[in-house]
Amino acid sequence: MVEASSVEIRKVNKYYGPFQALKDVDLTIPPGKVTCLIGPSGSGKSTLLRCINFLEEYDSGEIRIDGQLIGYEAPGRKMSGRKLRAMRRSIGMVFQQFNLWPHMTALGNVAEGLVRVRGLRKAEAETRAAEALAKVGLADKMGNHPSRLSGGQQQRVAIARAIAMEPRLMLFDEPTSALDPELVGEVLNVMKTLAAEGMTMVVVTHEMGFAAHVADQVAFMEKGELVGVDSPAGILHHPEDIRIQGFLRTYHERNSF
Amino acid sequence: MFSLSTFLDAFWPLTMAARYTLLVSGLGIALGLVIGAFVCVLALSKSRAARIAAAVWVSYLRGVPMLVQLLVVFFLLPVIGIDVPAIVAAVVTTAIVASAYISEIWRGAITALPRGQAEAAIAIGMRPRDSWIRIILPQAVALSIPQLINELILLVKASSLVSVVGVMEITRASQAQAGVTFRPLEAYLAAACLYLAINLCLAALGRWLEHRMAV
Repeated sequence: MVEASSVEIRKVNKYYGPFQALKDVDLTIPPGKVTCLIGPSGSGKSTLLRCINFLEEYDSGEIRIDGQLIGYEAPGRKMSGRKLRAMRRSIGMVFQQFNLWPHMTALGNVAEGLVRVRGLRKAEAETRAAEALAKVGLADKMGNHPSRLSGGQQQRVAIARAIAMEPRLMLFDEPTSALDPELVGEVLNVMKTLAAEGMTMVVVTHEMGFAAHVADQVAFMEKGELVGVDSPAGILHHPEDIRIQGFLRTYHERNSF
Repeated sequence: MFSLSTFLDAFWPLTMAARYTLLVSGLGIALGLVIGAFVCVLALSKSRAARIAAAVWVSYLRGVPMLVQLLVVFFLLPVIGIDVPAIVAAVVTTAIVASAYISEIWRGAITALPRGQAEAAIAIGMRPRDSWIRIILPQAVALSIPQLINELILLVKASSLVSVVGVMEITRASQAQAGVTFRPLEAYLAAACLYLAINLCLAALGRWLEHRMAV
């Protein structure tokens, strides 16, 4: 296992025109730990996650990965594309809609980055891609195109695509939200394995069970603000903030029958 | 009375003339693909001036009848000192008209791809160039095949217009044939059969390509 990254988020602000999507967000993500971001839709948790690998550009504040500022050379001065790509190489990302490339097989999807970004030879890339696919339990589906895979299998290929690059940090943007309920478990299990190996993970999720059992810390966001960060028990069982209490009440009501 | 022998006799001269139909539409689409790709790049560019240039190009070429454009090109070229045979004016007109439609077909195919396709490439640190070549374009081209075949079929039919500047393609040859035999019905029916045969072949080619490139 490669070394795990830490992330320091300091006073981050993000605007879409007049709308402020992130308001002075502060969050420390310790190395080798799982941080879950929860909160209502539109609270800014996906935006914050996407700022960590600079898929979204934050407007002010700092996000540092292992001490290195991402996206900017200095406040207000953008980083070169080459430097940004170098930083992104060690940050894996998994999307809600999987975003697999439909014209490539599962193996092709995983090997592509190894060839184009890491510069491996095709044969070597495919060997490593096959290992990554085996790790997520898809050794027998390597030759399938995404359209021939279930949602859960597609998301596992997407995870394999990310881990094959040997990242030190993994970002998950609602990885199970697009899945049928019976397929959620297989994806969460792969994520639990990664967590157990000591990967630094930031997970935007509505899976409170995952947050409760796998996360080391849980951050609650609402209206672009980070309302609270605590242990899973602290946030999910003994929340002090009235906004967190309200969110959890709604969550429990929706999930009781 | 319909004369079967006159009808059949018309096929030989018309098939000879079909070479020009295929030349005009084939070269027209080939050059149209190249110019269309360039116009598409302008249309998707960050530069406002480039986008305006592309919009003007597309609006003019889509908004003016091809016959009128053909006549404009045919009579404009000598005025600006370029003396070329009618066939060149025909190919140039066909190519630029095709480029307008093709650039729109490609722009549509590229913008129809989910944003997440490129994001997944960016997120693993892929260079923009690789993301275009490996991720975006293969999907956009595959998506655009049915529309490109459609455009090619339209061009084969539109190539009948170049008969007015004297290119001896199927339509003009059938007019000549009708003049010689005094049997217009047989001549034009033979022309219709030839056009249909060509376009059925193109449609079959399109289905084969679609099948091959299906994602």
